[in-house]
Amino acid sequence: MKEMILCKYGEIALKGLNRNTFEAVMQKNIKHRLKELGNIEYSRSQSTLYVEPDEDVDIDEVIDRLSKVYGIVKLCRAKKVEKSMEAVLSEETTDYLREALENAKTFKVNAKRSDKHFPLKSPEICREMGHVIGERFPHLTVDVHDPDVTVIVEIRETSAYVHAGAIDGAGGIPIGTSGKALLLLSGGIDSPVAGCMIAKRGATIQAVHFEAPPYTSERARQKVEKLAEKMSAYCGDIKFHCVPFTKIQEAIRDNCKEEYFTIIMRRLMMEIAVKIAHKEDCQCLVTGESLGQVASQTMYAMVCTDAVSTLPVFRPCIGMDKSEIVEISRRIDTFETSIEPYEDCCTVFTPKHPKTRPTLADVESEQNRFDFTEMVETAVNDTRSYYIKTY
Amino acid sequence: MMIYLDNAATTKVCDEAKAAVMEGLEAFGNPSSLHHLGVVSEEILNNARKTLAGSLGVKDKEIFFTSCATESSNTVIFGAAKACGKRRKKIITTTIEHPSVAAPINELEEQGFEVVRVSPDENGRITPESIISLVDKNTLLVSVMYVNNETGYILPVKEIFKGVKRANPDTVCHCDCVQSFMKLPFKAKDIGADCISLSGHKLHAPKGVGALYVKSGVRILPLMLGGGQESGFRSGTENVALINSFAAAVKKLEPTVMQRYETVLSLKKRLIAALSGKEGIAVNSGDDCSPYVISVSVERIKSETMLHFLESRDIYVSSGSACSKGKKSSVLKELKIPEKYLDSTIRVSLCAENTEGDIDAFVSALLEGQASLAKIR
Repeated sequence: MKEMILCKYGEIALKGLNRNTFEAVMQKNIKHRLKELGNIEYSRSQSTLYVEPDEDVDIDEVIDRLSKVYGIVKLCRAKKVEKSMEAVLSEETTDYLREALENAKTFKVNAKRSDKHFPLKSPEICREMGHVIGERFPHLTVDVHDPDVTVIVEIRETSAYVHAGAIDGAGGIPIGTSGKALLLLSGGIDSPVAGCMIAKRGATIQAVHFEAPPYTSERARQKVEKLAEKMSAYCGDIKFHCVPFTKIQEAIRDNCKEEYFTIIMRRLMMEIAVKIAHKEDCQCLVTGESLGQVASQTMYAMVCTDAVSTLPVFRPCIGMDKSEIVEISRRIDTFETSIEPYEDCCTVFTPKHPKTRPTLADVESEQNRFDFTEMVETAVNDTRSYYIKTY
Repeated sequence: MMIYLDNAATTKVCDEAKAAVMEGLEAFGNPSSLHHLGVVSEEILNNARKTLAGSLGVKDKEIFFTSCATESSNTVIFGAAKACGKRRKKIITTTIEHPSVAAPINELEEQGFEVVRVSPDENGRITPESIISLVDKNTLLVSVMYVNNETGYILPVKEIFKGVKRANPDTVCHCDCVQSFMKLPFKAKDIGADCISLSGHKLHAPKGVGALYVKSGVRILPLMLGGGQESGFRSGTENVALINSFAAAVKKLEPTVMQRYETVLSLKKRLIAALSGKEGIAVNSGDDCSPYVISVSVERIKSETMLHFLESRDIYVSSGSACSKGKKSSVLKELKIPEKYLDSTIRVSLCAENTEGDIDAFVSALLEGQASLAKIR
């Protein structure tokens, strides 16, 4: 029996002349994610990508990986059969559905006939299929409004496909179709979520992380690398930039007023990120900020941080509550890693009473007490960059 | 050169223990096999048991090998509850136990046992009376550690267990001796415990092996059932190589307990002398503590920051205790370490191989860190 997976596109199907490009990019992304699993055939037609693994490939793993590929809205694990009513109605086909049908009480059949030359029309296919299922699984009754299982028969160009319903894909559009984004990845809950949200809209993600040993530990960096690795199941391989930040933090502590510490630190992080983004040809910065969540995430603070960025700063979590962000982080499986308790670079330096409404002029004059130019340059030059991948 | 001052977390495996692992691996027979290969492996186990028993002054059959001290303590706590928990429901322990004792007792509390946790007095000391006075005819178990793993505080276990037995001879007395075995001179009958948990990797044997002493006649039911190894007390094919290694380490250390104690004590005195009178630094481990563990607080410097600073100088210590990976220590609070030090305490733990040079290097790095690191506001 040949089992395969139909990947249905969402938005891509609505694209005009460049639809083919989107499809090709998605197929390339999928191939990259699945390549080590064994030999898999791909073909495309009618807003669907057909993924046909050889028999020895672990199809559960294939489905799991595909469910994290942006650009796919629905996934159907289906049996491919010869395009004839005999094959569709055969015992072998209904046996394929056995597990789903035996655990159900009610069912219905849907048919989609995109090949209009097929002798039976959709309602006729439904009727016949419904009949044989009813005969072979006598405990089932038909319920066309709210069935436990919907059996779907798709008659397509070269073959017919039978399956017991679709599961949700990750949605969005394929990575690599929207440009490159540099994510400021801290180790908290929000930034991985922000990164995945931008990736979902087609961006290739790179990440920058600031480390401040001895105030932060090797384990804290490992934790952030683990987050990036988990994200990469969705975002694809992530180029990771690790910036040494200790000297700068100590210089801020020694030279600037305590209440401005966080805001100046964030401005310098932003400045370094912009320099890395330019080197890497990224078109935007991404942060996990959510409006008003902490003192450095007020609008006033953002005015001050954005003033140093020559690139747009995207904040996909800006209008979300913590609980909403947590929900997404659980879905992308970064939550448990995010809440591991390691010392984070900011805590020792965090002011007791940070400015929540700083003005740009005040912040700039406070920051000008020390010339950070050389330190920023050194930090950028000493940044270590490497790739992080899941597969 | 690396300076390792985290010996309460784990120790470097000594050459004798390494060689014993190899010897145990070469003898690959299953100790339960009837043929000659089995006999050879069984012989290794018997000898190891003899060594451990001798070091505690107990009978061979009272020693059981386990995978670690956590398993040993879990076995005693759950095993005692399984054996006699229907009739006697009270468990007495302290608030400064290691999690391998505290957690299984918490679990029993959830199952309906009455648990009393004795907190140290205002000087951070547990008095025997504070425990003995709680013992009644309903008391199933008293579990008290010998040496605290965070400050080295030596609990008065002899007096405690003696008093407990007088109040109720049926009460099982358990002692976690992980930080004292082969460090302080003692035999099982000196401390009067019915059950003693031991660990291999704290005394220069590898991780993955522990032991449990259970006095004959004390009823503890096994947790692991199966092929009936370890007299049916701990089923599962025996880890011949690591057990052999554990015994080799004990054999090496046993004759030098007092000698090493003196060495380590002089190192501790040197450390305390070097830090005494230094502004903002406090040594929390006094004369009633094991010299092997020294708790040091540096005001307003986060423990983990200091730890990583020392690490950058190739000096390895731990913050609080290494088992809890950066979690705040409730034990330090219970031991009445002042509030301002709770976040700023590191643990230096020694072995006899440390030198005066190690201590001097540590002290100068600590002072350097105190001067240069960012302070908690």
